Amino acid sequence: MGKSIIDKIWEKHVVHREEGKPDLMYIDLHLVHEVTSPQAFSGLRMKNRKVRRPDKTFATVDHNIPTDNRTVINDPVALNQMTTLERNCLEFGIPLAGLDSPEQGIVHVIGPELGLTQPGMTIVCGDSHTSTHGAFGSIAFGIGTSEVEHVMATQTLWQSKPKTLKLEINGELKKGVTAKDVILYIIAKNGIGFGTGHIIEYCGETLAKMSMEERMTICNMSIEGGARAGLVSPDETTFAYLQGRKYAPEGAEFTQAVEKWKEIVSDPEAAYDKTIQIDAADIAPMVSWGTNPSMTSKVNEQIPQLEDCKNELEQKSLARALDYMGLKEGQKIEDIQIQHVFIGSCTNSRLEDLKQAAEIIRGKKIHPQVRALVVPGSQQVKKQAEDEGLHLIFKQAGFEWRESGCSMCLSMNNDIVPSGEHCASTSNRNFEGRQGSGARTHLVSPLMAAAAALYGHFVDVGALLSAEAVQ
Amino acid sequence: MSGFKTLQGKAAALDRANVDTDQIIPKQFLKRIEKTGFGQYLFYDWRFTKEGLPNPEFELNKEENQDAPILIANENFGCGSSREHAPWALSDYGFKVIIAPSFADIFHQNCLKNGLLPITLPAETVDYLLESAKSQPYALRVDLQNQLIEDENDFSASFSINEYWKKMLINGWDEIEITLQLEKIISDFEEKQLAVQ
Ligand code: SF4
Repeated sequence: MGKSIIDKIWEKHVVHREEGKPDLMYIDLHLVHEVTSPQAFSGLRMKNRKVRRPDKTFATVDHNIPTDNRTVINDPVALNQMTTLERNCLEFGIPLAGLDSPEQGIVHVIGPELGLTQPGMTIVCGDSHTSTHGAFGSIAFGIGTSEVEHVMATQTLWQSKPKTLKLEINGELKKGVTAKDVILYIIAKNGIGFGTGHIIEYCGETLAKMSMEERMTICNMSIEGGARAGLVSPDETTFAYLQGRKYAPEGAEFTQAVEKWKEIVSDPEAAYDKTIQIDAADIAPMVSWGTNPSMTSKVNEQIPQLEDCKNELEQKSLARALDYMGLKEGQKIEDIQIQHVFIGSCTNSRLEDLKQAAEIIRGKKIHPQVRALVVPGSQQVKKQAEDEGLHLIFKQAGFEWRESGCSMCLSMNNDIVPSGEHCASTSNRNFEGRQGSGARTHLVSPLMAAAAALYGHFVDVGALLSAEAVQ
Repeated sequence: MSGFKTLQGKAAALDRANVDTDQIIPKQFLKRIEKTGFGQYLFYDWRFTKEGLPNPEFELNKEENQDAPILIANENFGCGSSREHAPWALSDYGFKVIIAPSFADIFHQNCLKNGLLPITLPAETVDYLLESAKSQPYALRVDLQNQLIEDENDFSASFSINEYWKKMLINGWDEIEITLQLEKIISDFEEKQLAVQ
């Protein structure tokens, strides 16, 4: 029987195995940010412990930093967290891409960008969207602060091996359908619990054609389907992306590394605990209308009816969600009015995402009722975008062009959606209060967000692009 | 962290599905750099009105649920962000045991690591417990040693828990200490890994 990439990476990282216990796994890369690390550092200090491998640890600030004016930080608690991280990195010898570094950015954007993220690795970070790094063929997952402390002290983690889920996507994507729509569709169809207890391996011809950016978008939201992690076997696209990156191997070492990386690719006859097939042709531009990512429909559909719910529990959560969102059952998705647009987050803030959005708004103006924000994922993305003149397209259309950070994805800084207002957001979570108390989030692709910014409501970007192509 | 073998106490019902960690501890309270003091913000948006007063409608504000160490919840409890502030807040508020038909993976792990016992029971059993605790004071006895839950009538159910975590919880142990005893094995692994590169 063949082995999947998940089995192969796992086996390579078991440090210690003993009856009745999870495996002790070695961790190759530990990414650290300001919000989930302070208590871990203070735990180390209390017990007089060191960071075992600062060379396998990398820190940045992203979650609560301002994205408008970098020089003034008004929130004293946020400032405290940032300076605490700086102090901790200095004390424990950890490299830090700080607020003024050209390498600063959302932790899941800079890991790949700097070539820290590599195939075959085990990667952890105190943030659930660590699954993003799985796009490179690594087992990458989010951990809590106790685990952050444990990895710092021991470079290992006790982990029970999750089950494996093969998610195969085949077929042609329709016009206007992006990687974001693919993952939203998967979650809408299979529910927020379909991946619970599993690591997902995404594969199939549709996926093989995707860029690294697109694969990252898909792996990023694995956690929204309940999975522990999501990954893609590395291929030529992966290797080409990594070549020449700052922390990637160079020259002959790179060639050797590629040979090693090829060994971890799933065997054709590998066995999985569960398999799901997706037909890419079924997917349309998607819009979430509820308070978890599975409450999502195609843009040309309607919000479900209460009477169509499978059971009472589902009916209750639908009613609750609609009440929070200020929407009605059966309402057309295209009729939802939008007051805010947020293009950013570790799901969709890379150069490719910004380029796609820019194409939609080029030479146009956003709707007068809309406030729109672009927050590049990293300082490098920002610079590349500016080199290509994207910032001008956005600014001329009426978007605000910001510094990199998590920003309105979780609104820990002052980028907040006011209570009761609707936001078309390229982020990954639409939970109650995520973008501000009472804020109403709609998860969409960068294309859909850009189109919503122009019209003030959702429009089918596939139809829009087809119409433009005809003209 | 103090361990426990058995626990007897009031059980509060929170009959909502998919309670996410943003709800358990809203993000505006994550900026502290300590591990303690999060209990006052637990379920903040539900527990308090816009004016900051206790919301009389909210389950945990009911008289019979005050100081309950046991929380009965519904499916997929603790979904969403991996923030460990969620178990910290639940512990700091006074909970020691959470019972639900299912838990989100990371949250489940985070509970165990912070001395909070998550118990998964079949949906029908949890429904029975929710109904029992909803309208009147209700007490449960959780016997971790023997993996049993009982009420004061004749309800009794057994639950499963990984042996490793059972031992950790009963003794209130710190995981890092245990791992550091394997220092030699970790160093050997690192040398081996370096050799194949
Ligand atoms: S952008 Fe959002 S999801 Fe991504 S790391 Fe930041 S807060 Fe988490």
